[in-house]
Amino acid sequence: MSSTIPATKAIESDTDAQAASRRARRRHTQRVWIGRILVPVVFLGSWQIATEVGWLDKFFFGQPTAVWQALVHLFTAGTAFGSIWLNLWVTIKEALYGFLLGTGTGVVIGLLLGQNRLLAEVFGPYIKVLNSIPRIILGSIFIVAFGLGTFPKVLLAAVLVFFVVFFNAFQGVREVDQNLIANIRVLGASPLQIARHVTIPSALTWIIASLHTAFGFAIIGALVEEVLGAQHGIGLIIKVAQGNFDPDTVFACMAIMGVVTLAAEYLITLLERRVLSWRPPNRSEAQAI
Amino acid sequence: MAHGDAARIEISGLTKRFLTPNGEVFTAIQDVSFVIEPGQFCAIVGPTGCGKSTTLGQVSGLERPSAGTVTVGGQPVDGITDGVSFMFQADALFPWKTVLANVMTGPTLRGMGKKEASSLARDWLRRVGLSGFEDRYPHQLSGGMRKRVGMAAALINEPRILLMDEPFGALDVQTKAIMQTELLGLWEQLRPSVLFITHDLDEAVALSDRVLIMTSSPGSIKHSFDIDLPRPRGDVQTIRHEPRFLELQDRIWSSLKDEVERAYAATAGAA
Repeated sequence: MSSTIPATKAIESDTDAQAASRRARRRHTQRVWIGRILVPVVFLGSWQIATEVGWLDKFFFGQPTAVWQALVHLFTAGTAFGSIWLNLWVTIKEALYGFLLGTGTGVVIGLLLGQNRLLAEVFGPYIKVLNSIPRIILGSIFIVAFGLGTFPKVLLAAVLVFFVVFFNAFQGVREVDQNLIANIRVLGASPLQIARHVTIPSALTWIIASLHTAFGFAIIGALVEEVLGAQHGIGLIIKVAQGNFDPDTVFACMAIMGVVTLAAEYLITLLERRVLSWRPPNRSEAQAI
Repeated sequence: MAHGDAARIEISGLTKRFLTPNGEVFTAIQDVSFVIEPGQFCAIVGPTGCGKSTTLGQVSGLERPSAGTVTVGGQPVDGITDGVSFMFQADALFPWKTVLANVMTGPTLRGMGKKEASSLARDWLRRVGLSGFEDRYPHQLSGGMRKRVGMAAALINEPRILLMDEPFGALDVQTKAIMQTELLGLWEQLRPSVLFITHDLDEAVALSDRVLIMTSSPGSIKHSFDIDLPRPRGDVQTIRHEPRFLELQDRIWSSLKDEVERAYAATAGAA
């Protein structure tokens, strides 16, 4: 009889504890969201006020409300080079092709040099030399060589993406656990099977981590090349707006590309979760950002 | 014996030298010679850094000897030795493969069909007591469970030779005892020749037919002790209290003690 009383008490305190921890979690979530909303409100608000009062000249620095109007104008009236959707699609297509081309070559060459010491030592210094060249300058050369079409944009985006992915793939192969290599060799694997079962899955962690940065570089490559010379694209709109002293449209384009990059980032995270589902859950808080 | 002469390991005059980063020659093992009869369970005990693992590397064919020969089943070792399974000290499971896929890897690499390999792997997982864990990833298992997966993955190929490099070194005492008993049970079913490296003397005596003592660096064989405890030995925990066990353990320890002290003095002096 007496033993049942503390037992029910324990159950009660269990549910109490659960409720308390739920309340604490809810409070925490609330605070996070209040903070998240406050950041842009304060930032945009002070920008707006500073330009209204005259501390900042809105002719040079734009104004949040004017940026919004520019955005609305871009989507309703379009641009001198066709609708905003057409231009956006052109830029995304260039960035995407460049991303795929750069990632493909980066992965293949990275895996190859990572596994072959001779090749790595022969080509290593040259890759370092190429990497030290400011690659944006290649943009001018590509325009001269290939004209104003899609190809030079894809090429510049691919060049920017290549090095990020290449170095990660290379390092990924180098970091493979030698124990695992020994294990699969004893099991009788051929070099190709070693790559398939050990080297590539192991390097994938590194490669996929690099894709997050790589897509940002692809967008930069496409935009820069469009600024240098194009017939369509967000970069072209930015260039023309800059010529017209229209910072609001430049900011509007920046916001549009920001949304695109965020969406791409989301897709890459989905891919990461799928391909790397074997990994233990994140231990570091940094990855949550 | 299940594998006949194919499972006989003959090592003669085996020497392995390495070049250290500052250009000096380091002799890891010197003139090691011994024979392991088919189906024999042989433990190698020695102080840290005496070249036990190096010896194992030569038998598996992962490394090449500087001098001397290793012969397995009458064939000199050249490249990876066929029919050998290796259990490493560290986890050598593939973290991106499920438990089932890990165990399947060996048969698949030998060209067995997916379906057949999968059912064989399931059978082996059942034998090591891991039914129901097929779809887990290694990081979701405890250390002891991971060792069992490793054991299933090593034994599924029905090797004629099983090389084990301190396989249970990282386990807690209780798990270790359980794993040792399970290993003995599985070994008695398949009877491969076993080379088992350990620095745990109790483990060596409890499991083996023969214990080899290696000298401190450069390693060579100092003594060989036959362990005449009857088989099947059953529970490893209970053997430890038998008088014959204690007697053998005592004799081997007196041989090993000098080497351990010498190795310790060398490293302490260097530091």
